[in-house]
Amino acid sequence: MTATAARPSALDVEAIRADFPILSRTVRDGRKLVYLDSGATSQKPRQVLDAEREFYEQHNAAVHRGAHQLAEEATDLYEGARATVAAFIGAQFDEIVFTKNATEGINLVAYSLGNAATAGPEAARFAVGPGDEIVVTEMEHHANLLPWQQLCQRTGATLRWFGLTDDGRLDLSDVDSVITGRAKVVALTHQSNALGTINPLEVISARAHAVGALVVLDACQSVPHMPVDVMSTGADFVAFSGHKMLGPTGVGVLWGRRELLAAMPPFLTGGSMIEVVRMEGSTFAPPPMRFEAGVPNIAQAVGLGAAVDYLDAVGMEKVHAHERALTAYALDGLATVDGLRIIGPPTNEARGGAVSFTVDGIHPHDVGQVLDDLGVAVRVGHHCAWPVMRRYAVPATTRATFYLYNSTDDIDALVAGVEQAKRFFS
Amino acid sequence: MQMESLYQEIILDHYKHPHGRGLRDPFGAEVHHVNPTCGDEITLRVQLGGTDAEAKVEDVSYDGQGCSISQASASVLYELLVGKTVGEALAVSEEFRTLMQGRGKVEPDEDVLEDAVAFAGVAKYPARVKCALLSWMAFKDATAQAVGAETGGTP
Repeated sequence: MTATAARPSALDVEAIRADFPILSRTVRDGRKLVYLDSGATSQKPRQVLDAEREFYEQHNAAVHRGAHQLAEEATDLYEGARATVAAFIGAQFDEIVFTKNATEGINLVAYSLGNAATAGPEAARFAVGPGDEIVVTEMEHHANLLPWQQLCQRTGATLRWFGLTDDGRLDLSDVDSVITGRAKVVALTHQSNALGTINPLEVISARAHAVGALVVLDACQSVPHMPVDVMSTGADFVAFSGHKMLGPTGVGVLWGRRELLAAMPPFLTGGSMIEVVRMEGSTFAPPPMRFEAGVPNIAQAVGLGAAVDYLDAVGMEKVHAHERALTAYALDGLATVDGLRIIGPPTNEARGGAVSFTVDGIHPHDVGQVLDDLGVAVRVGHHCAWPVMRRYAVPATTRATFYLYNSTDDIDALVAGVEQAKRFFS
Repeated sequence: MQMESLYQEIILDHYKHPHGRGLRDPFGAEVHHVNPTCGDEITLRVQLGGTDAEAKVEDVSYDGQGCSISQASASVLYELLVGKTVGEALAVSEEFRTLMQGRGKVEPDEDVLEDAVAFAGVAKYPARVKCALLSWMAFKDATAQAVGAETGGTP
């Protein structure tokens, strides 16, 4: 594919950029900011910032309690955001649990399963213990690895995992021997944050369900970037973070199938999540409130609702097409750099806009530092996916990630910056 | 370019031509330190000529992977500390740590730090301070262990 053919045309990037105040600031002595770190956190459009400010200025109150007008308005806005998020991913309203972030969402599932053994007969089917297996993959973000390692440690279950191929894919050569009849949970990422790989969910969820295991999907890098219909992923739980999809920090989403959430014991307990409380013992509210103890992150949820409205207005199909074109353009551009090695799928097939690479003889931190000096913000390090670095025998990578506000100019700046780093350290 | 204040010529020289690199015998203590934010690692050995603060640092040998800042820093450490007494070496380490954690507001003492003054610019980049300190923290740890080992006590 030539560079010209790859030039994205699906979006009016200039018009979109005008909605993001931060993109017009300069960094490091007047350099134009080239933001290629949306995989870590996205920037926020004015519409999201306005929604949060308006909430605090006009409607602020604790939700689900109090009979005054502000409490009503705050509750309506919070529950409205829940409905907006539900529609965005093809879910039912009461299947959406607001969390702090995806990390908390995954921990919620892991701790609920850990609590199931002592939570009564309805929860017994979730119990995990010695002889059971939890299956993950070698490409997981630490957020979808450590909660399962810890669950195994607490319960005596065994952790198993899918390895990776040399070109950054899951090694699915023997699915049936990795996911056995002992599997209780199969947890995997939809799109790898470190490699960019988009995983084939059907084959894994089909096998998982055939053996009665629950499928937990980390959708942090997919829901912000492509249309995702949770019902067609084959997953039982899907977790993602608001701040990676134009929303505020401090709010994330856990989607779970209604009948599963309804039978699961709580993770965090306290106010708001109860049915009846007595000194001798208590019962719990139905989901989603069962999983939202305490006064929640109301303004952030409202901001996330505004972010979803923004993405809906642009159109997720267009966002995805734009990022696919940018990724193709970046893979082409980076391929021209002598000594540069892509860590992850080298082609644009089943791949998202996270491009990790190393440069011969230059540590990724140093590449990142030169890029930063030129105003290009990328992520360096292990990307919270340390086992991925070990698998490919690299200490770290430099990673560029793209979003709807990026253009081919940003990628040109990246490629030019890498060339400059090579000159500097030669 | 601001970057030249970070990547001083001395740092690049040490990075491209590291001094004292490679693990050597004998050694009194060996430690392995990692920088969990970036995955950089260093294995560092210390050989002391005695058991107290007056003992000489006879050798510091190291191996690992890391960025130019962390690798150059280990090389400078080797140049600076081998041949000093334990007391002097720890005093220099403390001076270097103060410089690194000074957010660019600490004036380095060239008489004490010699080539290590080149790292003054690193202090202005908070994300890189840990890189510069990785080998120095490893040295401090290894030296405490070596002293403890040779006196038969705990460090």
